[in-house]
Amino acid sequence: MKKYITVLACSLFLSSPAWSGEMIDDPLLSMVIVDQLEVQVGDGDDPLVWEAEGWLGYDLNKLWLKTDGEYLDGRIEDVEVQALYSRAIAPFWDVQIGWRGDLRPQPERNWLALGVKGLAPYFFDVDAAVFIGESGQTAARLQAEYEIMFTRKLILVPDVEVNFHGRDDEELGIGSGLSDIEAGLRLRYEIRREFAPYVGITWKHLYGDTADFAEAEGEDRDDVRFVIGLRAWF
Amino acid sequence: MNIAQIFEQLDTLHMERRRFVKGIAAGTALLGLGGISTRLHAAEEIPANPGMPVLQGKKFTLSMAPQQVNFTGKVRTATAVNGSVPGPILRWREGDRVSLKVTNHLAESSSIHWHGIILPNAMDGVPGITFPGIEPGESYHYAFDVRQSGTYWYHSHSGFQEQTGLYGPIIIDPLEPEPFSYDRDYVVMLSDWSDENPNDLYAHLKKMAGYYNFAERTSADLIRDIKKKGLSRTVNDRSMWNIMRMSDRDISDVTGYTYTYLMNGQTPAAGWTGLFKKGEKVRLRIINGSAMSFFDVRIPGLKMRVVAADGQNIEPVTVDEFRIGVAETYDVIVEPESERAYAVFAQAIDRTGYALGTLTPDVSLRAEVPDFDPYPILTMTDMGMDMNNMAGMHDMKSMKGMKGMPEMDTMSGMKGMNHSGSTMAGMPMKTEQPMPMRGAAGTGSDTPVVHAKTEFGPHVDMRAMSPKYRLDDPGVGLRDNGRRVLTYADLRNLYPTPDSREPGREIQLHLTGNMARYMWSINGIKYADAKPIELTYGERVRITFVNDTMMNHPMHLHGMWSDLETGDGRRIPRKHTVVVQPGSKISYLVTADAMGGWAYHCHLLYHMLAMFRKVVVSK
Repeated sequence: MKKYITVLACSLFLSSPAWSGEMIDDPLLSMVIVDQLEVQVGDGDDPLVWEAEGWLGYDLNKLWLKTDGEYLDGRIEDVEVQALYSRAIAPFWDVQIGWRGDLRPQPERNWLALGVKGLAPYFFDVDAAVFIGESGQTAARLQAEYEIMFTRKLILVPDVEVNFHGRDDEELGIGSGLSDIEAGLRLRYEIRREFAPYVGITWKHLYGDTADFAEAEGEDRDDVRFVIGLRAWF
Repeated sequence: MNIAQIFEQLDTLHMERRRFVKGIAAGTALLGLGGISTRLHAAEEIPANPGMPVLQGKKFTLSMAPQQVNFTGKVRTATAVNGSVPGPILRWREGDRVSLKVTNHLAESSSIHWHGIILPNAMDGVPGITFPGIEPGESYHYAFDVRQSGTYWYHSHSGFQEQTGLYGPIIIDPLEPEPFSYDRDYVVMLSDWSDENPNDLYAHLKKMAGYYNFAERTSADLIRDIKKKGLSRTVNDRSMWNIMRMSDRDISDVTGYTYTYLMNGQTPAAGWTGLFKKGEKVRLRIINGSAMSFFDVRIPGLKMRVVAADGQNIEPVTVDEFRIGVAETYDVIVEPESERAYAVFAQAIDRTGYALGTLTPDVSLRAEVPDFDPYPILTMTDMGMDMNNMAGMHDMKSMKGMKGMPEMDTMSGMKGMNHSGSTMAGMPMKTEQPMPMRGAAGTGSDTPVVHAKTEFGPHVDMRAMSPKYRLDDPGVGLRDNGRRVLTYADLRNLYPTPDSREPGREIQLHLTGNMARYMWSINGIKYADAKPIELTYGERVRITFVNDTMMNHPMHLHGMWSDLETGDGRRIPRKHTVVVQPGSKISYLVTADAMGGWAYHCHLLYHMLAMFRKVVVSK
């Protein structure tokens, strides 16, 4: 799978930058966005959780990296990484195709990822993808986010993520059908555009077999946590 | 205090620091040696803040070099001409042959373009089109006959050097006596300075197009709108913007968040000063040498008689205020009647800052600085929507049509409709006016607007459905402000139209882009991918611009005049830079009387890289 990333990366840079005399209208740029870097406080453990993404590329063609995960007691409990080729298909939409690796918890799962990311009418940030696993497992994920500007610097961000799976994956405690819904509400203050501390609350609910697996492990199907964190980009 | 008020107060708190970046009072690296010598009162001329040095004559030696400057309290390196930002005023005489030896002491390739000057192709100074550029350590010898008079300017045409200070004024004294009189003569050069590296600035815009815009609508605006208009009107009014994913608060790409606006290289805190004696006539040569900023200029307490536009004499028009696009020039004459100081107030179009100077009989007097006008809000007109249609249209069904932005073919039947009955706020038409007949030279185009196939795709986010000639529209933020504001409809050449031929053909160019991705193009094709526009030597051609974006674009054709069709074919004013208002249409005639390849582009520096064409004139 990782070979594909190399191939994707290479094909991306075959599209050379546009030269117009000495003016480059479309320079090679990169961006790193740490959307969430937060401590979650609730019943039980208080892990450090991150959700970050970044890109390298041009106006219409980019290499995207996405990661999220959880760090607790000196070790990474949970980590997912995606490496995607992203191509603009509409003024506000990109298609993204590539590799997703669920590296922790073990066993590792590799997926082919196929998604669309962009801005829907009414300014909803949307990232929707389907995933095909090595063993024939399938999954789908929908993420949406909205910014409510109380002021130009004090911004409330509701977001929601919904996950579906094609079949049970008992080893990882995942059930088929609707697996989980996670909704958050984060209030951030942009000290400057690139740097914003926030506080918030996040609620996660497990469904179907996923919930049953969790309960068998002694976990709740409902989890509410307070979060405090930092959003930054550069 | 309700929640809306709390939010508003919070916003005022954090914005205040940003909005009033006035720069520091002293410490620019100017080597100003003297003011512009007034032609009639040279001996009395000792202004407090003189502005740029003046070089006069036929032979000039110019040196482009790095220069330490300090406009904001931080030392930065500018790209200066002869150690000055802006560069020295070059004063030429019509009929002379001027010779300019320009040496590049910068670490990168450079150039100087003489903006608005009609000259042989090799003298135009555009790297990659008219010459290879001036390499570090090299010189280029410019020499050409001066065949015009008036107020112009020069600037680098390489990289982003224009943003970092490589620009300056040109004054050309006429052979014949001028058709107006004045006692004092001042250059007022407006520009925008940023402490940021322009490459970083461009990268910010690519990563987050709204990076510099702190005027987006907030919850406080929402609550106020609902209180004022009710919930359903508020939702309706916003639905089009929401569906299009655009902002009616998107006025400038780059704002006072990073810019300090300069007048003759002086920050508002330092303040350029021009002296006068009561009863004198003062000529102000206003030049917008900004990289990205439009200004609305007025002098509270004084009427301004506009006598020239882009260096060319026009039938004088008396106004309270005018908007000056990037690269435009206006000459105005004012007659201060009292012994008081007057503020020369040039507020940025987005009201995030201003350039400021003082006209005063006494250096110790200071004028009161006016308040900003309210933040301009774009209307349907600025999106190129048909106002007649919009007036009764508030249901979602008809809104749907907008999402797809139907091809203009379906709308062309509306051409010739008049605007009577439209009462939408923000409409510029004050009286019921019949639409003039179009087609003849000077009156504009009567051909239908057609969006090319290349305008569709991820690189273009909107197409004007019903772009209109809006010559008499002062523009967003100036409509119905109670002042007499100059519009293009006021511009009439003082002399008969030099080339009265009818245009042999018409070229329609659409200004296109994707705001969110910060991509710009013409007809959906960026410069790197575009073929040149071919003109035949000697032909008279009409160029019609359709602005399919919500930004103003100041379009500049090198080498030839842009004869702006303002309605009267007998008195067509000549311009070198024509502002195409958002969602509008405008035309001008060009006589292709200059052989060779010429640059043709939007003069907003960060649009220019892609919103650019080469024009080739051949036999």
